[in-house]
Amino acid sequence: MTALILDTITKSFPSAEGPVRVLDGLSLQIAPGSAHALTGDSGSGKSTLLHIAAGLEPAQSGRVLVAGTDLSAQDDAGRAALRRGSLGLIFQQFNLIPSLSVAANLAFQARLAGRHDAAFTDHLADRLGLADLRARYPEQLSGGQQQRVAIGRCLAARPALVLADEPTGNLDEGTGDTVLDLMLELTAEAGAALLLVTHSPRLAARCDHRHHLRAGRLEGGA
Amino acid sequence: MQHNLAKPAIHAAALAFGLALAPASLPAQGFAGLGTDAEGFAIPQRGTALQFPADHGPHPEYRIEWWYLTATLSDADGQDYGVQWTLFRSALAPQEDEGWDSPQVWMGHAGLTTAEQHFSAERFARGGIGQAGVTADPFVAHIDDWHMTSHAEEGADALDHLQVHARGGDFSYDLEFIAEGPLVPQGDAGYSVKSPQGQASYYYSQPFYTVSGTLDLPDGPVKVTGQGWLDREWSSQPLAEDQAGWDWVSLSFDDGHRMMGFQLRGTEVFTAGTWITPDGTPTPLPDGAVQFTPLHHTRIDGRDVPTHWRIEWAEQDLSIETEPLNPNAWMDLSISYWEGPLRFDGSHSGRGYLEMTGY
Amino acid sequence: MTRIALTALMSHWVRNWLQLAMLLAGLALATALWSGVQALNSEARSAYATAESLLAEGTAERLDHPSGQIAQDRYITLRRAGWQVSPVVEGRHTLGSARVTLVGIEPLTAPQGAGPALAAQDLNAFFAGRAFAHPQTITEIGAHDLDLHPSDAVPVGTVLLDIGRAQEMLDTEALSYLHLLQTQPAGMRPLDTLAPDLRRVPAGEGAELGGLTDSFHLNLTAFGLLAFAVGLFIVHSSVGLAFEQRRAMFRTLRALGLPLRTLTACLAAEMLVFALIAGVVGLVLGHLLASFLMPDVALTLRGLYGAPVPGVLQFNPIWAASGLAMTLGGAALAGAQALWRLWHLPILAPAQPRAWARASARGMRLQGGVALALAVLAIALTLGGDGLLTGFGLLAAALLAAALAVPLVLAALLRLAQRGARGPVAEWFWADSRQNMPRLSLALMALMLALAANIGVGTMVASFRATFIDWLDLRLAAELNVMPASAQEAAALHPYLSDRADAVLPMMRVDATLKGQPGQIYAMKDHASFRDNWPLIDPVPDAWDRLAAGEGVLVNEQLYRRAGLQSGADTLDLPGVGALPVLGAYADYGNPLAQAVLTLPQFQAAYPDAPVRQFAIRTSDAAGLTASLQEEFGLSSAQITDQAHARDLSMSIFERTFVITRALNVLTLSVAALALFAALVTLAGMRLAQLAPLWALGLTARRLAGLELARALVLGALTMVLALPVGLMLAQVLLSVINVQAFGWRLPLQVFPADWARLALWAMLAVLAAASLPALQLARQGPADLLRVFSRDR
Ligand SMILES: Nc1ncnc2c1ncn2[C@@H]1O[C@H](COP(=O)(O)OP(=O)(O)OP(=O)(O)O)[C@@H](O)[C@H]1O
Ligand SMILES: [Mg+2]
Repeated sequence: MTALILDTITKSFPSAEGPVRVLDGLSLQIAPGSAHALTGDSGSGKSTLLHIAAGLEPAQSGRVLVAGTDLSAQDDAGRAALRRGSLGLIFQQFNLIPSLSVAANLAFQARLAGRHDAAFTDHLADRLGLADLRARYPEQLSGGQQQRVAIGRCLAARPALVLADEPTGNLDEGTGDTVLDLMLELTAEAGAALLLVTHSPRLAARCDHRHHLRAGRLEGGA
Repeated sequence: MQHNLAKPAIHAAALAFGLALAPASLPAQGFAGLGTDAEGFAIPQRGTALQFPADHGPHPEYRIEWWYLTATLSDADGQDYGVQWTLFRSALAPQEDEGWDSPQVWMGHAGLTTAEQHFSAERFARGGIGQAGVTADPFVAHIDDWHMTSHAEEGADALDHLQVHARGGDFSYDLEFIAEGPLVPQGDAGYSVKSPQGQASYYYSQPFYTVSGTLDLPDGPVKVTGQGWLDREWSSQPLAEDQAGWDWVSLSFDDGHRMMGFQLRGTEVFTAGTWITPDGTPTPLPDGAVQFTPLHHTRIDGRDVPTHWRIEWAEQDLSIETEPLNPNAWMDLSISYWEGPLRFDGSHSGRGYLEMTGY
Repeated sequence: MTRIALTALMSHWVRNWLQLAMLLAGLALATALWSGVQALNSEARSAYATAESLLAEGTAERLDHPSGQIAQDRYITLRRAGWQVSPVVEGRHTLGSARVTLVGIEPLTAPQGAGPALAAQDLNAFFAGRAFAHPQTITEIGAHDLDLHPSDAVPVGTVLLDIGRAQEMLDTEALSYLHLLQTQPAGMRPLDTLAPDLRRVPAGEGAELGGLTDSFHLNLTAFGLLAFAVGLFIVHSSVGLAFEQRRAMFRTLRALGLPLRTLTACLAAEMLVFALIAGVVGLVLGHLLASFLMPDVALTLRGLYGAPVPGVLQFNPIWAASGLAMTLGGAALAGAQALWRLWHLPILAPAQPRAWARASARGMRLQGGVALALAVLAIALTLGGDGLLTGFGLLAAALLAAALAVPLVLAALLRLAQRGARGPVAEWFWADSRQNMPRLSLALMALMLALAANIGVGTMVASFRATFIDWLDLRLAAELNVMPASAQEAAALHPYLSDRADAVLPMMRVDATLKGQPGQIYAMKDHASFRDNWPLIDPVPDAWDRLAAGEGVLVNEQLYRRAGLQSGADTLDLPGVGALPVLGAYADYGNPLAQAVLTLPQFQAAYPDAPVRQFAIRTSDAAGLTASLQEEFGLSSAQITDQAHARDLSMSIFERTFVITRALNVLTLSVAALALFAALVTLAGMRLAQLAPLWALGLTARRLAGLELARALVLGALTMVLALPVGLMLAQVLLSVINVQAFGWRLPLQVFPADWARLALWAMLAVLAAASLPALQLARQGPADLLRVFSRDR
């Protein structure tokens, strides 16, 4: 089953000069376990695309299927359930729940999805180098550490699809690379599909497929 | 020095008297209330003979009345003193009623003057309830514990022998007054004219008292002797509209003569007086006969009070200058005025009492 | 630069106008409650001052007789002995449609006072019958045939007139008492020998309104302060949160080169402006509140103490100024902490919520320490203290300790709940509640205080009410009460009544100073009506028999407790009787005066002149007897009171007494609800960043809103639970310390769980109302708003 299907998606935002079309009949398919990189100029609509894929925002037309489920046929609760069960989201910042410890944050989504596996979570934490930070709270972590926790939390729930929106955008290049390396490695290890928004051609090169968003459509992709 | 003791709501009382009674110092009003028509009140008539002892008592149908006693005294050391005891009656209506309904209001003033100090005190009372009043026979005038009580023998005039007491916050006195001469009617057989327009009062005096007794002063009791003078006067309209006050003297000459004189200060000065021989024969002095000339003023509480006078009676070559025992003899009471003993010299010499109102 | 900084600071309020509204509302309400209460107090106090300055400006001693009457010739005797005394006649009289106190004075001898000054305006007219009364009283009187003139110098309910007129109208030839002028000449016979039977009452004691009503006003003031404190919690919380919200802005402004000094000054100026605006609004509201409550306060004071207080409020600039000062002070207090933190804030302090929470963890420890210290102080005061002020000190310490402890206890409870939680959402729920505690704690403290005050005062009033009703039913055993108009009428009524009623109990009393307190001595006929219906406190054995035998006195509880008497051990000095053993005490609620009871024969022997003021009559045919009394003696209906009427009267006075208390209670609770609302609204904006990840993780906005609502309710419920013991403690202190000190009686604490349930319901509704708006906003929040969290730097 395809992890994500975007079929002729259009999306426009209202603006002072009338509606601005951000996505214009865009289509994309992501097979299970495959890693896709999405690049594009700032403001080209990458985040919008990702939000639509996650069911956080509705598209104006077109279909979105996550793990075979049509999002447009779902109500808010259904889409939320899908996010819990099948998706992993990683944003640029504010991914963590500030009132929970690192350990609780790591386990949180897996427990929500009812797939909590303590051994696996511990394993991920070890791999992400978080073993010593488990008792800390988010604001006691550096940006890179926080993003690693977000990745761990996302993967611990064994999502079918990971959607990551410039997860290292806030980090310096070195740290960003380490974190992303880990993410790629671990998603592959967990057999999850990945759609990664990034500005870095170097990182994009490490993905199986690369897409460039321009004028509301994808270019390239192999 | 004066001491206002037991100060009551004096303003209320003062008002009662301010409207009706003479010695009020309200120059703005100029004693105007006194000159107004006395509606319902009796008005003195010339030719009415005085009746004793009845006229020693109160005349409620007249608006105002007083029993006014002064004494010039000396102690064994030759120190001079002056004493005043006065009971005023003021009627709100020309009648007497029982109890609180009585429209009669009483006011007592007591003064005691030494060369250095001047004491004064006052009392107020409603008539009708027994707190103050006068009875003609037996003669008693009183307000609270102050009294002037007759001890005259049978057949003698009630005023011939008086026991007098008053008490203030820091002084009191008990004096015995014995008359050495007869009662003397003032003016025209007791009808005393007060203005050219004809305002008048009934007025008689007992100017021949010898006095003895005790003064209680803050430094202790002092035995004193001297001479005394009693004035009785009642009226309903003693002053004219324009009259602001008066200057009044009673004089005892060393040769045994007595003299009363006053000037009423209005647009025109109106004077009157009586020359009294040692045997009590009065000679009324018409308007203008006596001349009052202030010689020296004393500043008292912002007022300029003429405390030294030249008094002249040209017809008899009388010209004297008075000197007060204490120029600060101000009766600082609800109704305030100057009242104190004096000595005089010049063509004649002797002692006397000076009263000045309306300053 | 300052202008730019101010513009930036103000922009926050433009965007968060609701928060600004809350801040202003909190400060305005605090001011309103405080100043409202102060307005009531000052109005009443000025009324007492009017009453006291009417006759003697409170400086003249009085001479009175235990019988309440002095023959007029005694006055003359004293005057003629040189004593400067002035007579006064006082009495109740029906004038037009009002029952008034006639005060007859003699203006010529009266000591200086407002009354004689009025009389002096026109003595002639005054002697002729001119009378003066407060405009309100003239309105109450309605039609009359007096020469009645209005004057604010006369207390409400009093008619001032000449003594002769007063005697006439009161149908008496006697005087009520004499004023002894302050300065007296020397050398008179002493009063002890001149008038040994006359009692010399020191200046001020005759007009003891100030003293008697002190406790009432202290109560009001305490309530005003409590309300003010609750209001300050709102302000403090709003200011604190606004500071938190604008921290990034401060950072930026300072990074841009704005000196810290200027920034601080700007913030202080901002606070000052807010305080002034809110203060003025608060004063207006306070005046409205006070005007609204004034009639009830006046009725209470008149009913309870006979204090002549007008039911209309006058504006008083001093009151306004002090109210405004209080507001500014309160705002300064609330703002000081924020400014202090700003002053000590490193430019790049972390803007993370947990950091704040952790910083406040230190604060929490300090707070715990203070709470503990206050609790210890409260205990010390309980053990060692005495007096009304100590009582209030104890209350203040205990309440503050409890309030400060609230966040600590709640945090502990939440930690416990978190530990017991199953499931990630539940765990998050508790963890998140804990984390947000510091921001809500002030509002919760305010809520706790308001709830505790509500429970405490409610319990006190209800306990008092229950006790009072039982007591009243026993006290009002007589079916009829008849008030004879004069001694003659009393003499005529007595045999007539004795023939027709089951029992006639004459009521006589004289005024006396008992153990240095103003009081009264009553006569009591030995009768089952008393033996059966008057439960005694600490009675000696056979107390009633011994009383009947004239072997002692009973005293009221007020006297018993205030003078620290002990039945059987102590004696009481009664003028004209001597020292008698105290046999026991009886409850005497609602009476400010000390009281002692003698058996009737003994009383009559000691005070033969005392008139019968009332006959209490036991009869099975009250209606018939009433009718025949009216017919044969021409008694007015005002002279006869039946049992039900008396009971209604007493109950209505009782209810009135607590109208103000209840009103203030409700207002305080409303203010607390507002505090919570303000805090929740402010928090809502900041919470978006905390909630967005959960939403992204698959919790719907609706569910999150539900959880937010639930959190508020849980915190509210926990606060309510905490408030219960605090409230009961408060009630206990009110009943056994404050009441004893203020009124002289101790009451048993009774619990009324139904009242608590009602209060809990109201509290939950208030919390629900406060939490609804933010929750609703969250539920309706579009994804765009939530999404923005992830792409926007805070
Ligand atoms: N809620 C919104 N309302 C209006 N316009 C929006 C909204 N969200 C996004 N846009 C606009 O849509 C366009 C695409 O935005 P989007 O965030 O998807 O770009 P992006 O490719 O992720 O850019 P960046 O690389 O800077 O993150 C932008 O022009 C943006 O201004
Ligand atoms: Mg983007």
